[in-house]
Amino acid sequence: MRAVFFGTALVSVLAVLLICLFLFGNGLPALFKIGPGRFLLGQEWSPADVPPLFGILPMIAGSVYVTATALVLGTPVGLLTAVFLARVCPPRLYRLLKPGVDLLAGIPSVVYGFFGMAAIVPHFRSSILSAGILLGIMILPTMTAIAESALRSVPPQYYEGALALGAGHYRAVFRVILPAARSGVLAAVVLGLGRAVGETMAVIMVAGNQARMPGSIFEGVRTMTANIVLEMGYAAELHREALIATGVVLFVFILLINLCFSALNRRKN
Amino acid sequence: MNVFEIAQLNLWYGSFQALKNVGLAAADGEITALIGPSGCGKSTLLKVLNRMNDLEPECRITGSVLLRGEDIYGGMNVNELRKRVGMVFQKPNPFPMSVYDNIAFGPRTHGVKSRLELDETVEMSLRQAAIWDEVKDRLRKSALGLSGGQQQRLCIARALAVAPEVLLLDEPTSALDPISTGKIEELLLELKNNYSIIIVTHNMQQATRISDKTAFFLLGEMVEYGDTEKIFTLPRDKRTEDYVTGRFG
Ligand SMILES: Nc1ncnc2c1ncn2[C@@H]1O[C@H](COP(=O)(O)OP(=O)(O)OP(=O)(O)O)[C@@H](O)[C@H]1O
Ligand SMILES: [Mg+2]
Repeated sequence: MRAVFFGTALVSVLAVLLICLFLFGNGLPALFKIGPGRFLLGQEWSPADVPPLFGILPMIAGSVYVTATALVLGTPVGLLTAVFLARVCPPRLYRLLKPGVDLLAGIPSVVYGFFGMAAIVPHFRSSILSAGILLGIMILPTMTAIAESALRSVPPQYYEGALALGAGHYRAVFRVILPAARSGVLAAVVLGLGRAVGETMAVIMVAGNQARMPGSIFEGVRTMTANIVLEMGYAAELHREALIATGVVLFVFILLINLCFSALNRRKN
Repeated sequence: MNVFEIAQLNLWYGSFQALKNVGLAAADGEITALIGPSGCGKSTLLKVLNRMNDLEPECRITGSVLLRGEDIYGGMNVNELRKRVGMVFQKPNPFPMSVYDNIAFGPRTHGVKSRLELDETVEMSLRQAAIWDEVKDRLRKSALGLSGGQQQRLCIARALAVAPEVLLLDEPTSALDPISTGKIEELLLELKNNYSIIIVTHNMQQATRISDKTAFFLLGEMVEYGDTEKIFTLPRDKRTEDYVTGRFG
């Protein structure tokens, strides 16, 4: 019986190992064939040119800009929602709101994409801003749920201590409870970040996908995830490998974010 | 003069009556001790005095509680009341922030912004709580790194920083070793010149060592109230005698 449990536990570990193996095995050779400098810092992506150019800096910049916009817009909303749910909202309203927020997490990204095309793109065109707004909404449920549980796990003695000094409810919440929960709240932001970086389908539908360095947040942009999905269907040889190498870069980004997340979690305990 | 005058106080948690017709007056410059077996309503009475019971959804109160003649349940601003009536909890509860920010939290809450003034208040409160020498080199470090006894004195300093008129303490030394306990008792005797103090304690020796008046509670009733010496040597009520001599079942 123990062997069965051990085996099932091994499946995930094995999957991660296999993904690493495949990704690095197929991506790294291309990275070195193109040259790490020209690949990571090259500003031109023209796989059809002779000779082809594989610079992914525009896509790295795209992912960074879109994610940053999403965080700037989503974090205040997510955190204030968490504060509201954990410390302000009356129980009756909570029973209504909480499932609503959770439901956001269950909506498929392609549906978000449609929503973005119909409701956001008409105002801001296909641009970094549109993608940022949409992703800002998509990261809300993750961020809110984690931040809420961090706020709830703050011992009640802190709150009582603050009130006993003459602080009002909001002062106690924002000046004592929120700082006390800061590592958990940061973890929530980092997890939102991870989700924003990795999102693909919804971003493709609203970001414009031009593979060039963006000049402002009102211009279209292509993220790393979008780059892979858009061209993988017909790419061959070095082109194909360059896309996999893009995946390697993305994977390293996500890995770093996860490291931050677990470091924060460790500090909390 | 009396700082607190409590008359015909009844308190219910839901349908359970936790305080029954309590009447007592706490005088300026005195330490009043509340004693009695577990569950008799000592903490409850203490929390009535700074309205921390407002946090209990099921709590209902009748009777009157006057702070220097003013009814604290009659339109007095709760935050203002809690500024005037400080509280120290049984378990030390410093905020997870620096020593300095812990002490400065109260004054900042009540509008003090000047850096100089805050610095002064922090030093003065820590000196009053006899902990300045131990923390003056670590004001910017987290208060959670202090020992239990230091944390409790920090909490006393934090309460003093808003310049209260009364200090309520709920078994402030029950989680501490004898040396820290001694320090806090000395401190309270020192403080009673400037503040009225009401303290809940399970420790009979502590009550006799530091308090001027003692109130003995049993099942929500105040059985006896008077000079500490009288209560412990010549109690009027048989139940008080049984309790203070340790014969209480
Ligand atoms: N929030 C509450 N809801 C319901 N009942 C409560 C609540 N708080 C206290 N009680 C009850 O009221 C009574 C008095 O409680 P209180 O905490 O004042 O006792 P105490 O004298 O401080 O006891 P101890 O010495 O153990 O601290 C107890 O029977 C307790 O169970
Ligand atoms: Mg108690």
